[in-house]
Amino acid sequence: MSKLGSIGAKLHRGEVSYDFIGHRKLWFSISIALVVISLGGLFARGLALGIEFKGGVEYQTTVKVTSNTIDDFTAAVKSTNAHDLGDPVVTTVGSDKVRVQTRPLSQDDVVKVQAAIAKEAGVPASNVSRSQIGASWGDQIANKAILALVVFLILVFGVIWVYFREPKASMAAIIALIHDVTITVGVYALIGFDVTPATVIGVLTILGYSLYDTVVVFDKVRENTRAITGNNRFTYSDATNLAVNQTVVRSINTTLIALLPVGSILVVGTVVLGTGPLKDLSLALFVGIAVGAYSSVFIAPALLATFKEREPGMQALRRRVEAKRGGTVAAAASKPVPAAATATVATSEPAARKQDRPKAGTPVTSSRPVKSSTGAGRPQPTRKPRSKRGK
Amino acid sequence: MATTTTSRPGRLLIVLAVILVLLFGIMGLTRSWKPKLGLDLRGGTTITLTAKSSAGGGQVTADQLSEAKNIISQRVNGAGVGESEITTSGRNLINVAVPGSNQESLIKQVGQTALLYFRIVYDAQAGGPVPTPTATPTGTPSGKPSTSATPKPSSTIKPPSTPATTPKGRAWSSVLSNATPTPTPNPSATPTATPKPSTPATPAAELPKVTGDPLKWTPDATTQAAFAAAQCATLNKDDPNRDLPDKPLISCDKAGTSKYLLGPAILKGTDLSDASAGIPQGGFAWQVNLKFTGDGGKKFLDATTNISQRGQGQNLFAIVLDGVSISTPSVSGPIPGGQAQITGSFTESEARDLANVLKYGALPVTFDLSSVETISPQLGGDQLSAGITAGIIGLILVLIFSFLYYRGLGLVVVLSLAISAALTYASVVLLGKAIGFTLTLAGIAGLIVAIGITADSFVIYFERLRDEVREGRSLRSSVETGWARAKHTIIAADSISLLAAAVLYILAVGGVKGFAFTLGLTTLIDLLIVFIFTKPLVTLLARTDFFGHGHKLSGLDPEHLGVERLPGQMKPTARPAKPSTRKPVGGEV
Repeated sequence: MSKLGSIGAKLHRGEVSYDFIGHRKLWFSISIALVVISLGGLFARGLALGIEFKGGVEYQTTVKVTSNTIDDFTAAVKSTNAHDLGDPVVTTVGSDKVRVQTRPLSQDDVVKVQAAIAKEAGVPASNVSRSQIGASWGDQIANKAILALVVFLILVFGVIWVYFREPKASMAAIIALIHDVTITVGVYALIGFDVTPATVIGVLTILGYSLYDTVVVFDKVRENTRAITGNNRFTYSDATNLAVNQTVVRSINTTLIALLPVGSILVVGTVVLGTGPLKDLSLALFVGIAVGAYSSVFIAPALLATFKEREPGMQALRRRVEAKRGGTVAAAASKPVPAAATATVATSEPAARKQDRPKAGTPVTSSRPVKSSTGAGRPQPTRKPRSKRGK
Repeated sequence: MATTTTSRPGRLLIVLAVILVLLFGIMGLTRSWKPKLGLDLRGGTTITLTAKSSAGGGQVTADQLSEAKNIISQRVNGAGVGESEITTSGRNLINVAVPGSNQESLIKQVGQTALLYFRIVYDAQAGGPVPTPTATPTGTPSGKPSTSATPKPSSTIKPPSTPATTPKGRAWSSVLSNATPTPTPNPSATPTATPKPSTPATPAAELPKVTGDPLKWTPDATTQAAFAAAQCATLNKDDPNRDLPDKPLISCDKAGTSKYLLGPAILKGTDLSDASAGIPQGGFAWQVNLKFTGDGGKKFLDATTNISQRGQGQNLFAIVLDGVSISTPSVSGPIPGGQAQITGSFTESEARDLANVLKYGALPVTFDLSSVETISPQLGGDQLSAGITAGIIGLILVLIFSFLYYRGLGLVVVLSLAISAALTYASVVLLGKAIGFTLTLAGIAGLIVAIGITADSFVIYFERLRDEVREGRSLRSSVETGWARAKHTIIAADSISLLAAAVLYILAVGGVKGFAFTLGLTTLIDLLIVFIFTKPLVTLLARTDFFGHGHKLSGLDPEHLGVERLPGQMKPTARPAKPSTRKPVGGEV
């Protein structure tokens, strides 16, 4: 643990850093691939919609499950001769529950089938739970969910804009959000998890969660980039990258802390109840929170930096920073570093390293000769001169 | 700002203590210790109806929806189900929650379209030898139920008497022209089959269908006999074939004390365009004003012309809703002009009730049975215990993680979560009491998910705190500077959570509401806790030796933070260099 703590400290001081922003092309490519796969899965396979979306009747009751259970119940349900019954789907849940799903039935038939199931299970009819859904109900839920999604996105766009006074932050956050929801839905399509209203709740909740994480990272970015144009040491990307590194421990902690209770709902819901709203909700949350954590570290800040770097002011800054680095590098080591980690723990060594970090980040994304000459292996040529100068 | 919080952490803690004592005091006073559980946790039937307008684009107005809700409440209460709860949600949904899992007849009944008919009264008698005591004694406009053989009207219907509201008045006519003229086929025009041979089992259902003009109908012998035999207590209100417009009807009033022999329907609910209760200008008594559609007005004129010619005591018609006679006004003359008033000794609530019934009958609203969920008490119990188990396990996992990672500060997390849990529990219980908030399975899930959000506020603060220490501040000043920065982040992040919860709550349907509600509630509680508990507590702890001097287990020891020593703790070797770069803070450095 203390190791983790000291890693945190090093990340904070910039002694250890991963160039999240510099490698953004890699992460963007991964995300684009994931989104494409998700959309492909969604269109090719579709979602395994639960009965709540298709309409129908679902019964559940307690019975000791044997190898004959499914056949017995199927026969029992069929023997009711309910009108337009179709093929009832009987599944067992754990060792003591059975679930029967049928097409939409008339109210009289609903009762008949329930009685048949109760008789087969040997329990009073009142011990058979059932849920009966009209065919148009699912559309309503779906429409409402989409409406909620759209309204939420618009509101969030405004709120983040106002809070960070930066529409580009809103853009980045929203794109990351759509990315999260798309991948989560894609996971559902590809794995074939049942989609129920509880799943929809879960997916909608991810919205809040994913943004929550992103806002925390952006808050740090804002702090690091305050008055950034007043210096010529960091580009916007550098400052953003530092922010991501400084908040990455928190992001990991947050994600873990969020996943722990959700995971416990998932496990308990699955073990105790087998299937049902608890499982559906927590599964969606679990997938979504994990994707959300990824996007708030790898995607959202990188998007923000990409958008910001297009501004003339930021480009001018970048030119100044590059000029500065090309020229008087030695001088930089002795001067205090303004934006990111000013107050140091005072020994000269960390201070020197601190100078390394911004340099570590920038040449990768900025210096043109390096960029044009190499493709993927960019970092290495840039690191050599740095270490020489630093020591 | 930082200075005040530094100096008086105790004050905030006292505020919190007062809040807690108050909440639990109220709980103690109202003897409510347990939250109101939803039906998915204790077993029961939840019915969701989608209201659809049969006129226009299928959209239902808010007024129509709330009237529809009232009528469904009446149906559910009429079915004698205890503890039912009827709520509307969204723009077109009505949720009916009733305990118990065998509610077949109720399920059928609530989904019916409201049946409002005007019928001529041919005979009225006492409802039966034993007046049924169960019926709800609401303000029936019919006043004292007549028990004699001769019908005695308690109210009269007549044309609008106030000069200000002449039939051609603008207000009236505009409403009339706005009203959607639903083409109501005259009941008499309905093609009918030959009367079925009577089977004595259900007296009402066997009444023969009527062909020809309903105004000319007179009861035949079978009908008379059935009427004589009928008792209000045994009249089968659920029989869908009983209250048909082209059949006579044996009906009782709401109290079940009078029965009426009624002719086929002369008007339908949809012939009405509006109804309202009020005191006429210059008048003193409450009355109910009716407006008819153009077509309805003509039919009403015909009907009143006919009825008013009958003798005293026979010139009555009944307003029948779902087979129950709501009011039986007498008619003294033809009523032209598409509007009328019902007068009598109404109280305000009686008049309003009647107006609502009439309005509702005029509603062009039908219901779709969108979902019926029946949870057996056993499954409900399972879901409740699963929810609680998951919550406890989740809480324990979060605590273990906090102790492992934050060590001594984990104590802060434990206490904060404990206080948060107490506040949340009290809120849920009291909200259940105050606004009828019920805790559903989705709600429990929201509470569990919120553990993560609550704990995350601490993570933000603690990480900030550690960052400040790493940047060379003393612990005491880090507590303040770290807080000053963390609180903005916490507020921003929680606002987003709240926003999400609010959007979900307002826009989404069904279980989502419960989830969003608890999520929003706990986010608010989280904000409160962080501000008036966690922060002051950390301030206090920073003053102790254990935390303030970075004990190995405090979570703030130098090694754990990855710094060589805690600033301000040992000789100020590294100090002098930097304070200049930072703004001075309230604590000592």
